[in-house]
Amino acid sequence: MSDITFTLGRRGFLALAGGAGALALAGAADKAQAQVTTSARIVILGAGAAGTALANRLVDRLDGAQITLVDGRAEHWYQPGFSLIAAGLKPASYSVSRTTDWLPRGVTLKSDWAAAIDPEVRTVALQGGEVLGYDFLIVATGLVLDHAGIEGFSRDLVGQNGIGVLYGGPEDAARTWAAASRFVEEGGTGIFTRPATEMKCAGAPLKHTFLLDDLARKAGSRGKAAFLYAAPQGSLFGVPIVAEKVRMLFGERGIDTAMTHTLRAIDPGARRATFVDADGIDHERDYDYIHVIPPQRAPEVIRQSGLSWETKWTDQGWVEVDPKTLRHTRYPEVFALGDIAGVPKGKTAASVKWQVPVVEEHLVAQIAGDTTDAAYDGYTSCPLITRVGRAMLIEFDYNNNLVPSFPGVIAPLEELWISWLMKEVALKATYNAMLRGKA
Amino acid sequence: MKELTFETLIAVFEEVFGRGLFWLMVVVAAVVTLGYLYVLIRDRSVSWRKFLWAQLSMPVGAVAAVLFVQAMTRSGFADIGGPIDVIVLLGVAVAGAVGLAILVYTLESLLWPPSRREG
Repeated sequence: MSDITFTLGRRGFLALAGGAGALALAGAADKAQAQVTTSARIVILGAGAAGTALANRLVDRLDGAQITLVDGRAEHWYQPGFSLIAAGLKPASYSVSRTTDWLPRGVTLKSDWAAAIDPEVRTVALQGGEVLGYDFLIVATGLVLDHAGIEGFSRDLVGQNGIGVLYGGPEDAARTWAAASRFVEEGGTGIFTRPATEMKCAGAPLKHTFLLDDLARKAGSRGKAAFLYAAPQGSLFGVPIVAEKVRMLFGERGIDTAMTHTLRAIDPGARRATFVDADGIDHERDYDYIHVIPPQRAPEVIRQSGLSWETKWTDQGWVEVDPKTLRHTRYPEVFALGDIAGVPKGKTAASVKWQVPVVEEHLVAQIAGDTTDAAYDGYTSCPLITRVGRAMLIEFDYNNNLVPSFPGVIAPLEELWISWLMKEVALKATYNAMLRGKA
Repeated sequence: MKELTFETLIAVFEEVFGRGLFWLMVVVAAVVTLGYLYVLIRDRSVSWRKFLWAQLSMPVGAVAAVLFVQAMTRSGFADIGGPIDVIVLLGVAVAGAVGLAILVYTLESLLWPPSRREG
């Protein structure tokens, strides 16, 4: 028996192992897609999540296209991190990288801002004076915060006198924590608001409320603190089943609500906020901490371009696109992606992840003289943090249906540790992979 | 997630740990696994004495892995919210236990090989 024992020397064993490894690697290299040859000029306005992800995917799909990105900001912001920064869980640097870190070779970055867009003659004029002609235009500028839309308010107030605005950027989010941490330590009245306009990540104002509630409990100051969530909408979340869950959680946590209350004015010195209700009646509220979300609108250059919806969101100016293809309804060579797209849902990075491949397919098909039925269904995802260590992984579509990625495994309406782990560990990694066009 | 392919998963893990560290960890895991297989094949039998030490190290590996994950993610046992959380916790513990056991056994076998029988 011993004569037929498997005799494998050290060298033979290593060779076998090496061969197995080489086979495994070979399997990963078969993704090369047939490239479409073109000389099309593609201008992408905005090198944020959407613009960068699309650029990275297009260079793999198109051969010879002239791809130009226009973005005057040198920093790339990982915006899903702002909630964590504003709760003192991450430093401001957590969300900051360089715009150029993520761009593929073979594209041109204009470090400038668009000053005017003429969709009739297909040009974009930059603030520096240069004029770019395009065959295809991707509008991915993101949105702007209208601080002045609240009487008595301006951006330089963030972080002082108990005022927070976590949406303003990594530094504003860090200053928000400076103000919020005093409230967490000392207690008092905290007011958490929402704007009447469309907004990016409608879960963020809820997360901020939940996180400060949890931090106050852990600091032992929750007994001295009153929480009020005030919003212009009639419900706590756009998706009814989620709104009900949040209502129950607010009840458990002792967070009061004032629905159909829109923040109209703020008196920073007196720490007094004025809300207007659905009947137009003013209500004054004193606060020790207030989280302000300014009204959110399309940048002026978009609103002046004629690309915005004329029949809806007229005070906000989102780009008029088909909700499924994200193609402009009047200019077929124009697409909009991300926050600027005039669709009912989808102002999140998770939406961008699903929108980008759809626009990529339509653009490549159009260039190749083909068509595609790729469609965006409104997918939006929100790891709704309900305390440090737990979150609800909420995913939904245009029809307010829950569309869980892991049905039966990760329950969307349960506060789970695994959902927190995803937000804390996997989300930024997935986002970065998306930027590189790999997810 | 839209499509969780193997390539996506690799890309995500590269971003979690950084490309260099991730592949270093893959190489370390592969080397330890190969080392384990190597000593098993070389010795042609499991040394129950070494295996005992490996087994004794398992609870240490399990606890260390759980505490490491909790410390890295600012969470604790109180955050366990449902069955899937218990499964994830047990998974982390099992991975830590098995990982450390294999490491201990392999190191023991490499450092103290069985006395070579005369052929």
